[in-house]
Amino acid sequence: MQQDGRLAENILYFARALRAAGIPVGPGAVMDALEALKAAGIGSKEDFYWTLHAVFVKRHEHSILFDQAFRIFFRKRAYLEQMMAMMMPQAVAASDPVPPPAAQRVLEALFPESERKMAERKQDIEIDARLTVSDREMLEKKDFAQMSAAEIAEAKQAIKQLVLPLDEVRTRRFAASRHGHVIDMRRTMRASLKGGGAVIDLKYLGPKTRQPPIVALLDISGSMSQYTRLFLHFLHAVTDARKRVSTFLFGTRLTNVTRALRERDPDDALAACSDSVLDWSGGTRIATSIEAFNKHWARRVLAQGAIVLLITDGLERDPGDRLGFEMDRLQRSCRRLIWLNPLLRFEGFEAKASGIKAILPHVDELRAIHNLDSMADLCRALSDHVRSDDSRNWLRKIA
Amino acid sequence: MTTSEPRSLPVSIDATLDLLKAGHYVADRSLATVLFLALKMGRPLFLEGEAGVGKTEIAKVLSETLGRRLIRLQCYEGLDVSAAVYEWNYAAQMIAIRLGEAEGNTDRERLEHDIFSDRFLIKRPLLQALEPDPAGAPVLLIDELDRTDEAFEAFLLEVLADFQVTIPEMGTVKAEHPPIVIITSNRTREIHDALKRRCLYHWVGYPNAERELAIVRARLPGIAEKLSQEIVHFVQKLRREDLFKSPGVAETLDWASALSELDVVALDPATVSDTLGVLLKYQDDIARLDGSKLKDILDDVRAELRAAE
Repeated sequence: MQQDGRLAENILYFARALRAAGIPVGPGAVMDALEALKAAGIGSKEDFYWTLHAVFVKRHEHSILFDQAFRIFFRKRAYLEQMMAMMMPQAVAASDPVPPPAAQRVLEALFPESERKMAERKQDIEIDARLTVSDREMLEKKDFAQMSAAEIAEAKQAIKQLVLPLDEVRTRRFAASRHGHVIDMRRTMRASLKGGGAVIDLKYLGPKTRQPPIVALLDISGSMSQYTRLFLHFLHAVTDARKRVSTFLFGTRLTNVTRALRERDPDDALAACSDSVLDWSGGTRIATSIEAFNKHWARRVLAQGAIVLLITDGLERDPGDRLGFEMDRLQRSCRRLIWLNPLLRFEGFEAKASGIKAILPHVDELRAIHNLDSMADLCRALSDHVRSDDSRNWLRKIA
Repeated sequence: MTTSEPRSLPVSIDATLDLLKAGHYVADRSLATVLFLALKMGRPLFLEGEAGVGKTEIAKVLSETLGRRLIRLQCYEGLDVSAAVYEWNYAAQMIAIRLGEAEGNTDRERLEHDIFSDRFLIKRPLLQALEPDPAGAPVLLIDELDRTDEAFEAFLLEVLADFQVTIPEMGTVKAEHPPIVIITSNRTREIHDALKRRCLYHWVGYPNAERELAIVRARLPGIAEKLSQEIVHFVQKLRREDLFKSPGVAETLDWASALSELDVVALDPATVSDTLGVLLKYQDDIARLDGSKLKDILDDVRAELRAAE
């Protein structure tokens, strides 16, 4: 590679392609890549590949995207520069009969003209004409499912103002404290030096506390569709207020939307969410989704005593003993499992559906979540003091 | 095996492969590449992967083959500066103060200067790694970083940025030659992007059959060829099953040594089912592989090996 300029240009284009394919590549990484290529001395395509891989890929799941991008980019490099210059739609040589999904994504990123047919499906909010009065009192008691569009807008405002409690767990760190019971040797030593070491005035340490992480699993299947947007708004507010909140959406598949919800503006965040989810209002397969979560995410997000919020109506199409098994595993791997069910709003709700029966024995708490009142309630519930609505009471009712 | 005099860093990817081979570590080319680049560019290497795939081992082998000192910082929740960087020896300081008093020294400034000196400083791993070493910069292994919290991660970010720490009572300690830093994570939580950006990242996956066999041969030379082939193929098959936790390379090696302790020469369903606890650590996974399933997998393994002969 004598033509340094060409190489730098190519790497720059390649980095751009990676970025478009969804791998976050900053300008610093391009400089690193050039440095690395100079350091490694490119002997073969494989070394070239792994050198770039070492610099650009910072997450395991980006490996496959990188692989596809590399193949497409360096296979069609000559064409690509022309194309990028001209921005012309160009048919891709069909060498692979069926490209894997990642290749699809990369191809679309490289050839933006091949439009993605992923129209964003906005939730239709049913407007209920009977209800026109919407003062605050009414709003708080009103079921989300029966709100008019205007009321929903108000509800969003109200959700923004919900204050999360300061539930705290003790960590194994210590901080200076007057009421602590561990002697802080360092401060003690410094304080005693002030008097030349004649008097030793003991200083103490107490345990530090922090808020436990929250992991929300939100059902977005058809039966939950009236609630989904508002719950997302709620979770966005929670994510804003707390540092460690992970959010997963599930319908027929499980999608991690944590990063999308970190956007400053809730509507941007929701738009980003709907971009990353393919199955709004499809069927529901709770067991499969929980299993996917247990397998791929539980070990990664449930560390350090997380609280899990499972938001679903529990209406399952394929109930079997797997649901109970997976719920059991989920409960064992988190600090507290709170099930939020909008169906609880019906007086005389009975756990008849087999999905609900399967989930109930394995949750620490069961709560209604269908109006602002119940959301505020949940906020209170997240602090550890009150434990009402013990799921075991429900179990007794069923038995 | 230990080498006494320090060696220079490898000059190419192939040399890195050979270096690891010399330490009985069988690596694939992608790992050798990223390791070579980390050494060449002086960047920390961030290794992520399932438990028991040989992440920690890389640091050990590096320190052995390069003749560098290995400094290990084992992370845990609540790890703080006094356990990771330095701590004053308070008992000795107290005695020094009392002695000073007995001798009638009441010069506060001097007293302070004396007791906050090197003599009373207990150096923890991060500080040790910044100290000059005649054998060359040490290998600093920061093991299981995911078990600490964000606060420590942020602190580490500062240390890795310019390889210096500040001790308020003494001043700043800066490394002349930055240590070779290997960070491992089992991904029990996501490490912050800011830290990953500083490092070169590599996902250490499970090896393929060929490489795993090479690992067994390198690590356990005493095991019969036929048995090790069966073991490796069996474990490879297990990883394709739908398990909650697939066995890692460490489990393969444990199992191989366990079977050789039991004087097994070839796998049979009864032995496998008796020793399954060495490979699988979850009851549901063990329950999933009942007798007939085990027998099927074993038959497959035998058929494969026969076909390969």
